[in-house]
Parts: sequence; C-alpha cells; structure tokens
Amino acid sequence: MSTVDLSSPPKVRRSGQWREPLLFVLLVLPNVAVIVIFAYYPAIYNFILSFSNWDFLTPRPEWVGLRNYINVFNSQQFYGVLWNTIIFVGVALVATLVGGLAIGTLLSQRLRFSGFTRTMAFAPHMLPGAAVGILWLFMFDPRYGLSRWLFSLVGLDSPQWTTTSDWSIWAITIAYAWQRLGFVAIIYYSAIQELPTEVLEAAKMDGATGLRLARSVALPLLSPVTFFLIITGIVSSAQAFDIIATLTNGGPGTSSSTLTWMVYREAFIDFDVGRSATTATVLFLLLAGVTLIQARTTGKKVHYS
Amino acid sequence: MTASATSMSSRRRDAVRSAEPTQIHRRRKRRSPLRAVLYLFQAAAVAVFVIPIYWLFSSAVKPDSDIYTYPLQWIPTSLHLENFLEAWRVAPFGRFFMNSIITTGVGTALEITLALLSAYAFAMVRFRWKTPVLLLIIGSMMLPGHVTLLVNYITIGNLGWLNTYQGLILPSIGSAFAMFLIYQQMRMLPKDVIDAARIDGAGHVRRLVSVVLPMSRAMIVTATLITMTSKWNDFIWPLISTSTTEMRTLPIGLLFLQDQEGGGDWGAVMAGAVTVVAPMLILFFIAQKRIVGGLAGAVKG
Repeated sequence: MSTVDLSSPPKVRRSGQWREPLLFVLLVLPNVAVIVIFAYYPAIYNFILSFSNWDFLTPRPEWVGLRNYINVFNSQQFYGVLWNTIIFVGVALVATLVGGLAIGTLLSQRLRFSGFTRTMAFAPHMLPGAAVGILWLFMFDPRYGLSRWLFSLVGLDSPQWTTTSDWSIWAITIAYAWQRLGFVAIIYYSAIQELPTEVLEAAKMDGATGLRLARSVALPLLSPVTFFLIITGIVSSAQAFDIIATLTNGGPGTSSSTLTWMVYREAFIDFDVGRSATTATVLFLLLAGVTLIQARTTGKKVHYS
Repeated sequence: MTASATSMSSRRRDAVRSAEPTQIHRRRKRRSPLRAVLYLFQAAAVAVFVIPIYWLFSSAVKPDSDIYTYPLQWIPTSLHLENFLEAWRVAPFGRFFMNSIITTGVGTALEITLALLSAYAFAMVRFRWKTPVLLLIIGSMMLPGHVTLLVNYITIGNLGWLNTYQGLILPSIGSAFAMFLIYQQMRMLPKDVIDAARIDGAGHVRRLVSVVLPMSRAMIVTATLITMTSKWNDFIWPLISTSTTEMRTLPIGLLFLQDQEGGGDWGAVMAGAVTVVAPMLILFFIAQKRIVGGLAGAVKG
C-alpha cells in the first residue's frame, strides 16, 4: 500500500494524507446524508412523537408524557391487533418454512422440468403485493372465485373470506404466504446445492440414509439459512401492508388489522399522530426483541460449516 | 477476500467431484416408484404457483359471461381484450404507467449512483473510520419502514413536496442493500489490476470508470434489477405521499380501479392487474438468473 507514497516527493505525500480521507467523505456523503435524513432522523423523531398528541394540523405537538403508552396498553383493541399480528406472522412463517424446505428439497432432486418449477415458484415474489392482493380477492370470491370450486370438491360452500371477521385474518395470511413461499423454497434450494458434499458422502458412508441423513446432517447444516429466513420472515411479514390494503382494509372492524396496519390507520385515517407513533414504537421494540431472542437462542445452535 | 475466494474455488471442486456419483444414482433411481411420487409432488407444487397466475391472466381476457358463471369456465371461450380498454378508461393507467416509470427509473438511477460511489469509497479509498460509517449505512436496514413513515410524510409535507416526483423518489434513494452487494463485489476484485492502473497514473476517477466499474458489471446489473423491482412494487409511500389521481403510481392505481369498479367488473380489474404485473414478469423471465442469484447470494454474504 505505502510503496507508491514512497516514490512521491514529501510535499505531495503530506497533501495526499488528507486527500484520500476527503475523497472518502465526499463519495460517501450523499448516501449517508439521505440515510440519516430519511431513516435515522425519522426513526428518532417518531419515538419522540410517541410522547405527544397531534393531528398534523395544530402548529405543534402537545407533549403528554406516557399517556399514549398507557392508552395503548389499556385498550382491548391493541391486544386484538397484537394477536392478529402474531397469527399472521407466525402462521405465514411456519407455513413458508415447512413448505419452502419441502419444495426446495424437491427442486434439488434433479427431476425434469425443475427449472420451470423454480421459475414459477419465484415469480410471485417479483409481483407487487397490491396485484397479489387483488388477484386473491378474486380467488376468494365466494360466488365466482376459485375458492367456491375448491370447497365444492369437499361438498362445502366457500367461506366469506374477506368480509367476515372469522376468516379475514386467514385470507391475508394465505395470500401473503403464497407470495413468500417460492422465495423461501428457492433460498433453501440454493443452500442445498451448496451443502458440502464431503460431509454428506461421509454420513452416507457411515450408513445414514433418507430421513436420518436429512434430519441429523442436512438440517443442521442448513441452520444458518433457516435462521436468516426466520429473521427476515418475521420482519417482512410484520411490515406487510399492500396485501392487507387490497384484500381487507384491515377489516371487518379490526379483525384483519396488524400492528403495521394500525400505524397507518391511526396516522392517516384517524389523524392521531401520537398514537400511531406509539404503535410504531411498540412494534419496533417487539421486532427488535424477537430478533435478539432469536439471535441468542438459535445463534448457539447454528452450525457454520 | 482470501477466505471467500478459497471457499468459491473449493465449491467448484466439489461440483466436479460430486458429478460422477450422482450420475450413477440418477441412472439407478430414474424408474423407481419413489421418482413417480416426487413427480406428483412437483406437479402439485407447480399447480400452487401457476394456477393463481393463470387465473389472473385468463380472467383478464375473459368475457363477462365466462367470469360470472358457475361451474367455473377455466378456458376463455373468446379473447375479450375489451377488459383492458375498460380498465384504461375507468382509471388513467397511461398516467399511472408514466409515473411508475419515472419514479422507478429516476429513483433507481439515483440510488445506484449513490451505491456505486459509496461502494467504491469503502472498497478502494483509504480511511481510518470506515467500519463505523459502514455500520451506519448497513444498520439502516434494521429500521423497519413503519417507524420512518410518519416523520418522512411530515418532512416531505414541510418541504411542499407531497404530490411531486421528488417527494415520491428522494426518501428511498439512500442505498444500503444494493450498496452492500456492489461493495462485496468490488472488494473481491484482483488488487494487482487496480494497483497496475494506479502505477500507470490513473487517478480515482479513471480507476473507477475504466477498471472497477467494468469489472463489477455483473453485480451492478443484479443490484439494479433488485432495486428496480422494489421501487416498482412500492405501495405504502406512494399511497401516503400522493393524493391526486395524476400522481399515483401503478400499484395505487390498481387500488383506485378496484374502488371505481366496486368489485363489479373482475375482467377489467384483472386486466388492470396484468398491466401492473406484466413489466415485472417480463423483467424476471429475462433476467431471473441474475435476480435470483443476487438474492440467494446475499443470504450467504
């Protein structure tokens, strides 16, 4: 590194000492500035606003201390929405992990047409959530949708997926899981492709076959990928918005509202800025907590080859 | 750099070594009943992904009589392209399309430019406090969108930028993920080539433009594709930062169309959805190796 500097005369070298750091700062500054202005500053100010009462209109927020938090934790609605979020995130997570691992394994069996299957599996992940939501809205239509046909196969009427509070949470969960399933499958597929063959061959040599090979050798080797998929799965499904907006609008009532939906609704429909900022902060802390616990517990069990 | 380089070459060796035994397995297994079951599972998996997408495209060209009927009419009895005319008549899809192209195009160009400058700085310029700056940038990925939404709306509102292109574009041009992908690539470039260019008297600009950029082209293309997709599909920011029909982008336009139709004309709504979806699907079918490779690679990174 320093050999070039030695060949330059001392005077130039001294000016070169600040030239590189200056260049670095100039190159990085635009990106850092945008990130600070539109990510860090809003996150911090959002936290501050959670101690206020504001409707966007009055000149400045009124400071109310912890009142928003007290209101949130005393409201029945909050716990309902929290439960919805847990169901939505949890069911989508388990379904996509189990289904994705199964399909990923299937894809690595060198079957014919597996290239086509891979393409079609990943395609939904590329689509705007709004279009996925609208598509499923039609599929869920109890009179003319695919759902009617599917339920008729077992002699039942289609549920009123998006218009009754018993079913709406399942409607958004199914649509969301469908969109993410193929992504998870492809990530597992590419991880399986890169499993160290020495280890697998050695295990086979020792007599491990089929399920035993999968459970005791392949699964532990895939644990870093599973860990990644759990974290990103929780974070991205907790933020799912477009599918809810197009399928149910969080309704009927709040039966399919998740915390992210409430952040939007409280700010931009109810114009209760402080409450929205509080819900956002609570959701952020929950996500941070889950991620930390995950990192602690799974982190120890993760095998890095 | 050395660690990843060796792991890459050992991976390649594995591929060569494993080729032979798997060939044998393949020949032996091909006709077993297990194989047949696997094919059955594969068909089921394909059905799960393909049927909804087929449903979308076929409904977009079905006449009403094929849609509002039961038992379902799986195959359109005639090609009813009027659905598209209806969708474009009810909602100004031309305008939505233009807005989406402008916000996605300009936004991606700006974000990738910022990403390239930062990635080059991290990979090639000497600076003592690189790590904290890198952590600052990467750390922004940990901030979920819903904690920045409200204040960004207030900021853009105070600037008078609601319902403007700059308001739609600027908040999301800061680059962490794309920057990281490109930085990883630039870090792996052979040092001797870049040193040779420096000794030949090439300054940083020359080195960036004629050595580093061409050599990291593959990853830049991947990062660009992934960035484009996420901007094209973005929903919540255009929803709140615009309120006039003229400034809506395609995903919001779809919601607008659905509201206008009130669930009354599925053919037109599906035609609108196809309009929104088609550019992304075409992009994906053309460049799927790059997109999938980039996303899958990032998991390992």
